[in-house]
Amino acid sequence: MATHATHTLVGDRMSATDVPEFLDLKGEHHPEGGTMLGFWIYLMSDCLIFAVLFATYAVLGRSYAAGPSPKDLFDLPIVAVNTSMLLFSSITYGFAMLAMEKDDLAKTQLWLAITGLFGAAFVGLELYEFAHLIHEGATPQRSGFLSAFFTLVGTHGLHVTFGLIWLVTLMIQTRLKGLGAENKRRLMCLSMFWHFLDVIWIGVFTFVYLMGVLQ
Amino acid sequence: MSGAAHADDHGHGQDAHGHGSFKDYVTGFVLSVILTAIPFWLVMGDVLGDKLVTGVVILGLGAVQIVVHMIYFLHMNTKSEGGWTFMALVFTITLVVITLCGSIWVMHHLNTNMMPVSAEEMRHAP
Repeated sequence: MATHATHTLVGDRMSATDVPEFLDLKGEHHPEGGTMLGFWIYLMSDCLIFAVLFATYAVLGRSYAAGPSPKDLFDLPIVAVNTSMLLFSSITYGFAMLAMEKDDLAKTQLWLAITGLFGAAFVGLELYEFAHLIHEGATPQRSGFLSAFFTLVGTHGLHVTFGLIWLVTLMIQTRLKGLGAENKRRLMCLSMFWHFLDVIWIGVFTFVYLMGVLQ
Repeated sequence: MSGAAHADDHGHGQDAHGHGSFKDYVTGFVLSVILTAIPFWLVMGDVLGDKLVTGVVILGLGAVQIVVHMIYFLHMNTKSEGGWTFMALVFTITLVVITLCGSIWVMHHLNTNMMPVSAEEMRHAP
């Protein structure tokens, strides 16, 4: 008993001096960066959505139901052009961020516009590809492979489309309100979103298109 | 004066996901172009001749390119936000690996072990 009492006594003394505070009531630790961390965690959850869709594609990707296979359908030159569109849009968005850092509104908007054009070209080419597939009878209902393909690539395309809407919104916002702290924060969130979509696309063109044609 | 102090404050919060320099973006872009061109070349030109080897190589190059994007475009490092962004990334990668490997593993076995169903069996199926 005596040892126990001494132990608690020591414990009490410890808590008064050395024990770290886990609950940051004063808000000292994340004064400004909370949004960026939160947005990063959103992106990670988005990454899980894509992981599930990739897993679905990995499972169903060879269930052709006697229908067309990737080799019959995919046109690699178009995919290569599409990939380069997204890659170009990534670096032009980077240039927009560099212009933003220098508080150069005109240049920021110019680079954002160029990024938007590359993004629109990407979505346009993808829609053309989808229309072509559906015209050939390779619809999402045709086989497990095509269902998984349209779901995965379509979800990525939808993300890019929403990124484009966000980009246009921010171009209007910065035109109206300038490059304030809020707009800079928003542009940085979109920057992460945009580069993240490019990362997902690396998985798509490698795993779906190139591996598909290889089989 | 107060404006400058305010801007500094923001600079501190934002270097969580820093901006990277012109050099960073160009380096990342050049590396990405190379890492994209090689797999397309390998597949379209059928350079290696062996499908398994080509598959492994392009998956490897894809993984390297993802790391390049993370570092040069997303400015990922182990220190931003006191390490929390990196922690979230590691946790996500763990879940992604479990999801992908688990699904492929389980479904592959399910596929392999499934008995072929004949028309006769189908007729008597419950």
